Order: sequence, then C-alpha cells, then structure tokens
Amino acid sequence: MNEDQKILEPSESVTMTDSAPTGITNESGTPKMTARNVDVFYGDKQAINDVSIDVNMDAVTAFIGPSGCGKSTFLRCMNRMNDTIPIARVTGEIKLEGEDIYASRMDVVQLRARVGMVFQKPNPFPKSIYDNIAYGPRIHGLATGKEDLDEIVESSLQRAGLWGEVKDRLQDSGTALSGGQQQRLCIARAIAVDPEVILMDEPCSALDPIATAKIEELIHELRGKYAIVIVTHNMQQAARVSQKTAFFHLGTLVEYGETTDIFTNPREEKTRDYITGRYG
Amino acid sequence: MTSTTLLFLVIGLGLVAWFFGRLKAASLQSRGPNSRSVLHSLPNYHGWYVALWAIVPAAIFMTVWSFVSPALITDAALTSPAAAQLPTDGFARAAILSEARAIAYGNQVNAFNPLSQSMVEPYREAIAYYQMIGAIAALLMVFACGAYAWLRIKPDLRARTKIERVTMLLLLLASLIAIITTVGIFLSLVFETARFFSMVSPIDFLFGTEWNPKAVAGPRGETGFGAIPLFWGTVFIGAIIAMIVAIPLGLMSAIYLTQYAPAKFRSWMKPILEVLAGVPTVVYGYFAALTVAPALRDFAVSIGISNASSESALAAGVVMGIMIIPFVSSMADDSIAAVPSAMRDGSLAMGATQSETIKKVLIPAALPGVVGGVLLAVSRAIGETMIVVMAAGLAANMTANPFSSVTTVTTQIVQLLTGDQEFDSPKTLAAFALGLVLFIVTLLLNLIALRVVKKYREAYE
Repeated sequence: MNEDQKILEPSESVTMTDSAPTGITNESGTPKMTARNVDVFYGDKQAINDVSIDVNMDAVTAFIGPSGCGKSTFLRCMNRMNDTIPIARVTGEIKLEGEDIYASRMDVVQLRARVGMVFQKPNPFPKSIYDNIAYGPRIHGLATGKEDLDEIVESSLQRAGLWGEVKDRLQDSGTALSGGQQQRLCIARAIAVDPEVILMDEPCSALDPIATAKIEELIHELRGKYAIVIVTHNMQQAARVSQKTAFFHLGTLVEYGETTDIFTNPREEKTRDYITGRYG
Repeated sequence: MTSTTLLFLVIGLGLVAWFFGRLKAASLQSRGPNSRSVLHSLPNYHGWYVALWAIVPAAIFMTVWSFVSPALITDAALTSPAAAQLPTDGFARAAILSEARAIAYGNQVNAFNPLSQSMVEPYREAIAYYQMIGAIAALLMVFACGAYAWLRIKPDLRARTKIERVTMLLLLLASLIAIITTVGIFLSLVFETARFFSMVSPIDFLFGTEWNPKAVAGPRGETGFGAIPLFWGTVFIGAIIAMIVAIPLGLMSAIYLTQYAPAKFRSWMKPILEVLAGVPTVVYGYFAALTVAPALRDFAVSIGISNASSESALAAGVVMGIMIIPFVSSMADDSIAAVPSAMRDGSLAMGATQSETIKKVLIPAALPGVVGGVLLAVSRAIGETMIVVMAAGLAANMTANPFSSVTTVTTQIVQLLTGDQEFDSPKTLAAFALGLVLFIVTLLLNLIALRVVKKYREAYE
C-alpha cells in the first residue's frame, strides 16, 4: 500500500489540491456521488480500505477487479444495502449531491429510491410483470391514479427495451420470463421510481451472450439519464460499456480513470497485470 | 427349557459362531501381490456372515414353532385318557381346556372346574415334550446352518455384499412396520365401520343432526346417530376458533423471529417455542378446563350473556390455538426463510421499508408454504383429544355461540369407548365410524398440505 501511495504522489501534486488521490475526481461535470476515505468492516475483517472516488452523471463507471476485491461491497455501500448485514460497519463519508448518506437524518428509504440497484441474479418478485414495475411507484406514492401508473409502467418498460416483448402479457408472472428478460424487467423496475443513480452488481453474470448484449445496449441508452455504476468480472464488458473504470484490489482502489486509459495505458503495474490476465 | 432361555442360548451360540467365522477368515488372510488382501471382505464381515446364518434360520423356526406348537400340544393332551371325560359341548370344552392350559403354564394356580385339574397333567407332559422338540430342532439348526456358513468361508466369499443386503432388508422391515400397522388399523376401522353401517344407515350417520347414542335401545330402527353436531363441534373448535388464535399469532411470531429478531434472541426464542410443542396436551387440557373456561364464563356473564356454560367451545378452541402456535410459527418460519434473500434485497433496494417488504413480497412468496402449514395444523387440531375432552363438554349442540358447550368427534369416541364395550351394539361401533371419518379427513388434509408445500419448494430450487 505504501508503494501505491508513493506512485500516486507525483501526479497528485500536479492536478490536485485537496486530500483526494489522483484521478478520483472528475475534471468534467459535477460529481453525482462522492466517497471519501471509506472503510468497511465485516466484524473484525476489513473489506474496504480507504477508498475515495467520485461518480459522474454523464459517464458509466465500471468497477473491475479480481473476486473478493471489495468492488461489490463498495457498491452496496452506495445505497446502504450493507445495512441488511448486521456485522457490516462503514466509516468515512459517502455523499449524494453533497448530502451525507450515512448521516443519521438520512432516510434510507428515500436514499434507495434515489439510488436504485440491479442485482447479480435477476430477482423479479413472484408477481405479474405489471405489478413488478408498479411496486416502486406504489410504495413511494409516485402515481396519482391508475392511468398515471399505467403510463409509468409503459415508459419504464420502454426505456428498458422490454415493452415490445411483454406489452400483450403484462399480467403474466415476472418469473415466467427468460433470464435476460427478467434482468431487463429488474432494470425497468429500478427505473420506474425515477432514480438518479443506478447501481448494477454484475448484472450479466447469469445471462447468455445475446441477453448480455441487450443489457449492454440498454446501458448505452440509459447513459446520461442516470449516473450508472456497474460492477463486472468481464473486462471486455467494462471496456465496452463504461467511460470511467475503477480497478479494485484487496479492498483498495488501485486506479481510477478514463476507461480508454486504464485499458491501453494503465499507470499502475497491478492494473496492467490484471487487465493483461496475469492474475485475477 | 423355556423359549426365553432358548432365545438367549441361540444368540449366545451366534456370538460364538461370529468368533469362529472371524477366526477362520483371519487365518486365511494374507497379502497377495500389490499388497492387496486376498480376502474379498474383511474378517469381521465373515464373522457376521456365520453368526447370521446361525441365528436367523433358528429364530425363524422358533417363531413358526411358537405358532404351531399350541395346536400340537392341545391335540396331544386330548389323546390322553383324562380327555375322555370332557363334555362334548364346544363352549364348555374350550373353557376347561384353556383353564387347564393356563395352570400348566403356571399362569393360574387353582382350577375353577375340577375337570380342568385332571387335564393339567396331560397338558404339562405335552408342553414339556413339544418344548424339548422345539429346542432340539432350533439348536440343531444353529449348529447345522452355522457349520454350513463356516465351511463356505473362502477368500473370495462376498461376505460384505451379503451382509450389506441383510442390513438393507432389516431397514426395509423396520420402515414397513409403521406402514403395515397403519394399514392394519385402517382395515380394522373399515370392518367395524361396515358392521356399524349394517345397523345404522350411513345417510343417517353422516347427515343426521341428532346425536344421542345412549338413548338407543332396539337393534333395528336406531336413531340418535346423526354425527353432524359432532362434525360441527370439531370444525368450530379445531378449524375456526383455534385457527383464529393460532394463525395470526403464529405468523406474527414467525415474521418477528425471521425478520426483526437479533440473532441472539432468535437462537433462544426458537428452541423455546419448539419446546412448547412438546408440552403434553393433558397439561393444556387442565389449563383450559380449570383456568380459561371459568374466566371466560365469568367474562361472558359480566357482558350479559347469561346462558354461558362453564364448558365452552371458546375455552377449548383458544387453548388449542395456543397449543398450535409453535406449530404454525415453525412452518411459517421455514417458508419465510426459504424465500430467496435476493427477493428481500430487491424490495429493500427499491426503497421499500422492512414491513412493506414483508407484507408485499415475503408473505405472498411464502404463502403456499404457510397455507400448507396451516392445513397440517388444522389436521392436528381436529384430531386433538385431551383439551376437548376436558374443556369442551359433552352436549351435542349445533350452535355458533362460542360460549356454549359443544362436543367433538374425539370427545365422543372417548365417551363411547370408556366403560362397557359391547362389540355387537351400534353404540360402541359408532366410535369406529367416527374414527374412520376422522382418519380420512386428517389423511386428506395432510395429503393436500404436503402437496402444497412440495410444489412451493420446487418453485425456488
């Protein structure tokens, strides 16, 4: 770790004035979410060590790294899903538009409405397609009436590219869809509450290549409307869908920068080793 | 030699056979090329092989002999000169013979009938004779079969495979005993019920509304066997009142334990709840009869229900509901825990609160399992006896007033079978018909419940 910091130092002095390490902030646009010095502990075990990162509105951010490097753990801190694990403890600061999401007056329910999440395995509720999408708007009281709700359901499905496939069977069970359709249903479900950020935790790892291609296409289309963070094992996928890439290793953020730079000209040796397949 | 002594002797010889079998196998043991053992099976298996050959055929013979020998003994005793004085009347003859036999076996000291005394000596002789034959034959079988098995011990004898097969048969037998017994009980119920229905029309029984078996006199044209009030009482207590208590409380405790309780509290609470399921029902019974029933009657009187009975459907139902809570809670707990956590996370990540998640996602997803659990609970409740015997009363009322006394199928079975039993009167046989109805209903409930639970399990695996 000391070694990493040494390498970081020279460039830091050039571009940065505050404590954040190089490449963590964005030169373009205001950051949607900022994390500073985040540590995560599971009981006594430290899973995340001093991670600082900014997530931008106009870019898709990919988290890559070997299994167990903490990328999913960190993602789950960003909408406080780690709260569901009793032994997890988060220190440091994560802000959504300048508001500390771990502040005591932050309402987790509202936070999660603003920061949506898509999981590794498609997890539609055992309800109809319509009710799956309407779930969020109903609990947050977003629709004023039946027609309004119909409209939210239709537009969410359309944005998720699923409308054409399911519009004639909205009352069928969501679990009866194919895996890829289920995952797009989950994305539509997340979109339906009109979040600002969408976190995707390896959304394609349970899907076949064709379904994966459709999800990646969808991520392209959603870019700019939502700040998107995607955790992936698949480096080609990171290269295809993201503009920014963060490389995690053993709970630390090794390198964060433009995706093209990370994949063609990484600053860190560890990053180079990982993307050239030397380990991980 | 009595049969118990013989049995121990056979088992003892079996152990000796085990020892010799093992010894012979061990003496054959040596290491062949590649240090592989020349014996197919370990010496131990050979020992068991010989021991089983020594014991099992002899044991089978002894079982068969114990069924056959009494008839042979009686025949032999009847050929004695004393038998010539016996009366020819079948009933008196049989009574004398059974008395003589009891004395000969030492189960009875003095003869009531002097004729029996004269038969005792021939019986003793016959018994001694046939017991000796049986013992000698059994011991011969032990030695013959043991020696046969011992001679067969060779390095390539597949003793292990054979022992494995015997073990399998033994386990099969053990599992069949429960099933065969149940089938036997069911058949005996069916036969007695058929006799009952030859006296009382099934239509009158199943659809009649008047239950008063004690008033029945004549062998034909009976009335008072209408079981509808009993069915109603059973359903009212077991499926309505008890479930109104048990379903909400059981479900809520399951939700608290799976979703809210800290792990430490849960690890204490769940075993305690499960221990409650093991409290003897008679304890609940007197709790219902001595504590709950009087309290409910006083309460009913205080709110102006003057005809409240001290034995009430409500008291029995409420206590039965409390008894069933751990059952419902444990089933609901299992089905809620079986809902994939991805489902819960999905809902929480949408910004749903914990109770919204439980209400809208977990309960609907766990519903089939919960329903299955409730059906099993109902089938337990309607078969439950002690609480209703002690607290529900005997009056066969058809009423929806929970403060009045009702009676149930199980209570009436107890009533009909305690005291004098006459297996040719419909009064006693009615108990079997009631038992059969109860048996079929609970069987169907269990079948449906298990199917529901199974189907639901498949959905998530």
